[in-house]
Amino acid sequence: MKSFNIYITGVGGQGIGLLSQALLRGIDHAEIEAIAVDTHGLAQRGGVVVSQIRCGSNIHSPLIKKKESDLVLGMEVHEAMRGLDTALKKEGTLIYMDVSWQPLPVRLGQEKEITAEDIKKICKAYGAKTVQVDIQKMEDTRSQNMALLGTIAKLGVIPGVSKDHYIAALKDLLAGEMLDKNLVVFDAYANG
Amino acid sequence: MKKLGDVLVKKKPFKEILMGNEAVVRAMVETGTKVVSSYPGSPTPEIATAIQSIKEDDRPFYFEFSVNEKVATEVAFGAALNGNLSCVFYKSVGLNVALDTFVQLSLMNIIGGMVVVLGDDPGANSSQNEQDNRNVYKMSRVTVLEPASPQEAYEYYAHAARLAKKEQTVVVLRLTTHVCHARQKVQFGAYEKPALAKTDFSRENGPYIALTTLALDMKRRSIQKLEGAKEYIKNNSLNTQTVGSKNNGKGIITSGLTYLSVLDVLENAAHIPGILKLGAVNPLEEESILAFLKAHEQVLILEELDDILELQIKALAYDNGLKTRIIGKQVNEDYVGEYTPDKTYAKLAVVWPDMITPLPKDEAPVYVVPNRPAQMCPGCGHRSAFFAIKKALKNTDVTVADIGCHTLGYMPPYNLGEVLMCMGASTGMASGLSLFNENKRVVAFLGDSTFFHAGLPGLINTIFNQHDITLIIMENGTTAMTGHQDHAGNDIPIESLLKGLGIENILSCDTYSQAKLTDLVKSSLEVKGISVVIAKHPCMLKFTRMQRRKPGYVQRHISIDQGVCNQTHDCVEQFGCPTFVRKADGRVDINLDLCIGDGSCRPSCPVQAIGFEKGAK
Repeated sequence: MKSFNIYITGVGGQGIGLLSQALLRGIDHAEIEAIAVDTHGLAQRGGVVVSQIRCGSNIHSPLIKKKESDLVLGMEVHEAMRGLDTALKKEGTLIYMDVSWQPLPVRLGQEKEITAEDIKKICKAYGAKTVQVDIQKMEDTRSQNMALLGTIAKLGVIPGVSKDHYIAALKDLLAGEMLDKNLVVFDAYANG
Repeated sequence: MKKLGDVLVKKKPFKEILMGNEAVVRAMVETGTKVVSSYPGSPTPEIATAIQSIKEDDRPFYFEFSVNEKVATEVAFGAALNGNLSCVFYKSVGLNVALDTFVQLSLMNIIGGMVVVLGDDPGANSSQNEQDNRNVYKMSRVTVLEPASPQEAYEYYAHAARLAKKEQTVVVLRLTTHVCHARQKVQFGAYEKPALAKTDFSRENGPYIALTTLALDMKRRSIQKLEGAKEYIKNNSLNTQTVGSKNNGKGIITSGLTYLSVLDVLENAAHIPGILKLGAVNPLEEESILAFLKAHEQVLILEELDDILELQIKALAYDNGLKTRIIGKQVNEDYVGEYTPDKTYAKLAVVWPDMITPLPKDEAPVYVVPNRPAQMCPGCGHRSAFFAIKKALKNTDVTVADIGCHTLGYMPPYNLGEVLMCMGASTGMASGLSLFNENKRVVAFLGDSTFFHAGLPGLINTIFNQHDITLIIMENGTTAMTGHQDHAGNDIPIESLLKGLGIENILSCDTYSQAKLTDLVKSSLEVKGISVVIAKHPCMLKFTRMQRRKPGYVQRHISIDQGVCNQTHDCVEQFGCPTFVRKADGRVDINLDLCIGDGSCRPSCPVQAIGFEKGAK
């Protein structure tokens, strides 16, 4: 398989760590070589969190070159837009959620909030495929990362990695009630 | 579920996906490391998290968080004098704190061997600078190994441990941020019975006192030990070479993560240069470098941050009369930032445009996205403190910050803490600012972990030299910024320590009592000489996490009565909790994903529109 780059972005506290680890382990269960890196300096303090995964052949550094990501996953609209603009390949895929955690300049009334409409407009101009994950029905917003993982499984976005690989990955990472709760959300989006 | 703590002490060889920081802990286990110490700091805190994931009964070594990096280094050194392999780890700027001890290490006969794991931070992802600690290693005469990946981090720790024991010295494992935090499937070895602890200290193994003439003999021995290290580097092929294809006489010397950037960039190259990857960046093993220089007409030295390798290799070429063209740093920007694949690509395209096609100029961003600076968490006691303290201050007052979560007070809307240096520097800087200063009052901030780390000498100086400052101690009961490590304050209450120092004006209150805190700061500012306010509130990130683990926990939220709210925006603009959402029509709403229902925002509303949501207490 030729190389495939995944750029995951959002805000500290959204569960990007688990999502990234589940993807990395899922890819590994599919017996595809992979390397990942989290860039999370002050992530817990409401800053941007980015995790990068590279898989396939001829991959070396875990860091992806600018605009070389085949897939950008945005857990939050502002960060989805930033990722779209800085990381996504021409004709790549953006999967994002319409969740807004307003950055400081927006809350101070200095800058405009970004909306899902803005993202759709830019994606069109870019020729990027866009998928918006519907999270309206979700009860526990802390499982949003599983909605994203389920959507990835359903659409088969990462070549060679299937639903069972992600489930095996989740079983490596979680146990008991936590595993069950996450699997319910994952399944709903993977089969929905 | 694969529990990290179980994985790290498996007996048989295995493969597992781990972070660089975690792979290092497995290496500690396999090599029989007996004593490990640290002071927390990014990019290395996950080493401690991984150590603490191993049940204490299963953990084959002693571990402690020491009060600062210098003490941590001394603990590890002392332990190694007993004959035990020891390790100390900390972040880049931690070496500055430890330096007084660190520079002496190579003079000593460290019979157990000692490994210093140092996390440098090119790009200053989570540090006050991106200092290149390789500048210190020559002066300190230590061997430094630099891995590029988690697999190598594990292997090089084992090399460092072996070499340290063999030469009875100290060896540095130099990690950088994205080696620490990279995840990869790593092949590990077996773990046999843990080494027995020794208590073999004897002055006969020394001397351990570097005084007068002895210091020079000890220096001679440290130079000798570096010769031994070079032998080890050669015998274990830590420097590796690839020939490339149709390389046209071109070669690259590099190390660490930059090596992987080079490999990525060369995937698009017209021809592939020879590459010499240095696994050991101090001392340089000259033989392999000379052979590489002789085999190429042009050699590019690709090293991030400073020109440490470049200057030494150029000198080596000069001494050997080589005609090889050596290319290193060319412009100021070459000294700045991490050598990511992007930066490496750009550099190679400048040096050898026939090999790497230069990229077109960056297009302007299509859409300007608002910045997202880090900030204090919802419910953070520091936010209540800054909100209250600001009311007690005049515009002319000078505020001095220290390292920790409270450093974020310099951000809008608080703008408190206008000078920042490093750990524990606030009281000293504030004292200096107070000299000749009749009109401006000086306020210093200091966190509680930092108070013990390096804050005490500055404070004692303030008392001893009778400086006129107000110190506000931002006490949250933990080392919050780096992930909630414990500190000495749990055993030694700060207030009794301050009383013991003879400070007369000590006031203290919970930061959620905002009006009271404002009054305390006002009255402290009236005091001539040192006055201290302890602004206390537990770290709410830690507290909320603990609460959420309890069965039956229900998340409360605040709510805004839209009928009462008159949109003064004090809550969102002055108090500034990230929970507030500003709607386009001017309404203020609550982000329920973020709100922890602490209610510390309520006093900020002039019309009492903020309450708790219905059904909650």
